[in-house]
Amino acid sequence: MTLETFLQNIANGISLGSLYALIAIGYTMVYGIIRLINFAHADLLMVASYAAFYGILVFALPWWVSFLLAIVITTILGISIEKIAYRPLRDAPRISALISAIGVSFLLENLGIVLLGARPKPFPRPEEVVWNIHLGGISFLSLAIIIPVITLVLLIAVNLIVNKTNVGIAMRAVSRDFETASLMAVDVNKVVVTTFAVGSGLAAVGGIMWSLQYPQIDPLMGVFPGLKCFIAAVMGGIGSVPGAMIGGFILGMGEVMLVGLMPELSGYRDAFAFVVLILILLFKPGGILGEHVVEKV
Amino acid sequence: MFGKKFLTLVAMVMLVAVALVGCGGGEEAKSNNAANNESDVIKIGVYEPLTGINAAGGEMTVEGIKLANKLYPDVLGKKVELVIVDNKSEKQEAANAVERLVNENVDVIIGSYGSSLSMAGGPVAKDAGVPVIGCSPTNPLVTKDNEYYFRVCFIDPFQGTVMAKYAVETLGAKTAAIVQDVQQDYSVGLSKYFVDAFKELTGDENAIVAQVNYNTGDKDFSAQLTEVKAKNPDVIFAPGNFLECGILVEKARELGIDVPILGGDTWEAEEFLNRVGGLKDIYFSTHFTAEEPVTELSSTFLTKFAEEYPDKQVNAFAALGFDSYLLALDAINRAGSTDHDAIRDALAETENFQGATGFITLDENGDANKTAIIKKVADGKFVYETKVEPK
Repeated sequence: MTLETFLQNIANGISLGSLYALIAIGYTMVYGIIRLINFAHADLLMVASYAAFYGILVFALPWWVSFLLAIVITTILGISIEKIAYRPLRDAPRISALISAIGVSFLLENLGIVLLGARPKPFPRPEEVVWNIHLGGISFLSLAIIIPVITLVLLIAVNLIVNKTNVGIAMRAVSRDFETASLMAVDVNKVVVTTFAVGSGLAAVGGIMWSLQYPQIDPLMGVFPGLKCFIAAVMGGIGSVPGAMIGGFILGMGEVMLVGLMPELSGYRDAFAFVVLILILLFKPGGILGEHVVEKV
Repeated sequence: MFGKKFLTLVAMVMLVAVALVGCGGGEEAKSNNAANNESDVIKIGVYEPLTGINAAGGEMTVEGIKLANKLYPDVLGKKVELVIVDNKSEKQEAANAVERLVNENVDVIIGSYGSSLSMAGGPVAKDAGVPVIGCSPTNPLVTKDNEYYFRVCFIDPFQGTVMAKYAVETLGAKTAAIVQDVQQDYSVGLSKYFVDAFKELTGDENAIVAQVNYNTGDKDFSAQLTEVKAKNPDVIFAPGNFLECGILVEKARELGIDVPILGGDTWEAEEFLNRVGGLKDIYFSTHFTAEEPVTELSSTFLTKFAEEYPDKQVNAFAALGFDSYLLALDAINRAGSTDHDAIRDALAETENFQGATGFITLDENGDANKTAIIKKVADGKFVYETKVEPK
């Protein structure tokens, strides 16, 4: 591998890894607070992408208005899902809420197919956000810089919310013990709604970034990133926000490097993700950063 | 915010809506079963991908079939009824779809876009003894060892050779890279035939400088293409689904790979064109072109298609769907009955049948020997480049 090819692979790895990390943060954040793997997270990505798509192409809004609206719509949807599908099951065994989450995920996917059509649509790429960068022999999209920056900013923001604000203290309290927290005058409902609002907002940003990077959207588009980013979150230690970031980068960089170093194995790229997951869990069952931070989000 | 009751209501309405949509198919199936095959209609089953990754291909084909049905609605003095089933672009669903058509007592089946889907449906039809006419599955294995499967298109050994020849003789390529979808029999098969022909034509065993793989549904091709770029081939051959390939070709140009990129007949789809319309040096082989009408029926097809679908581009898949339907009618006519084996025998004897895509003669495998068309992408359109006659 020449230096040029190596650098190109690094650029590819960063752009894929940061995208995985961005989506994984949302998974891990919701899990960290309410101990629910929100399977609908992946489908919120899809909803956000379609909202942005229709905003730009049908309602002819400027791209940034459309993106902001998409985030707002997705957040409202996320909160509604919590109210309808998760809140009534809060005292039920955890497995019931999990099944409910899978149900919501299927519902959104199939509603998408019925209402929006199964044929993929080309997602518009605003020139202000996406352009080609050529540096010496390597070329990459501006997104390879924008996405890591957004991921990092959101990571810091989530960490600040959880660790420095009153809501964050309440979140951590709720994450330890629902009942005790509510006895201490913490409004559990409000905390959970806030968690879902932030989580859905993250999903929306992830979905929009994903669609900019791979500009083809369809109602099942969330399934693949959802699975990969869930793996990334578990790898990093589910519940740990920095862990999700690390997991995402390991996964993205690993997939790219696997193909780069052993092109004949390129068809096994998805298998690679699972092999790495199994190996990490064998040696560190809690994930890379799981053990220490798991209780704190 | 919304009240809790309102949200619950919305959720209920959504659930009911989905449930109703889900049930629609079932009721339709029942009513079809009621009218059994002794009735006064001839049933032609169609299994095509109408949802999922190949939806556009299935849709184009079905448009051609429906057009043919509208123009030629009777055979043997009976009305022809189309039973169209979605195979969802999935192999398992393709087998189920054929099963369902068999249970509905169709007289002959047409389908499917996508070689893997046809290869999944083929054995079911063979076991039931129902003849099938493939419109566009090009992998040779579709009809191999299946005396009930026929097709109106050319096959991949020919298609692969045509593209290799074009790469070497017209584009002057000495080396090539392959990017293939390992989950699609079409992609793997076509790549293999291209590689064989390319090596033979260049006389160089090492003419293929890179071969990389991906999976159906992948969206990130940066790593594979970086590998290809490092090997600096003269051309890239990347047969595969139009969706993945659209992203792949666009990404290749983003990475600064500016050599010609070649593909197969699946590339002729609106979705592919939307992605790569502004790019250069993209070539693919296909079955039919409006610029070179080959038979009288081609002209009929072109005029009627333009009348029926004024806002759509005429395409090879619609033409092949059109031909499959006409061949089915012709075979039923020649068989003089709706007996499955009589239709099968009539199909096997097809000789010089006039279709919109050319004259069709089926060989001992049930495959058609036909002209290939090469098209390129220019200024947001598919443009006719040249044609290649079979040997």
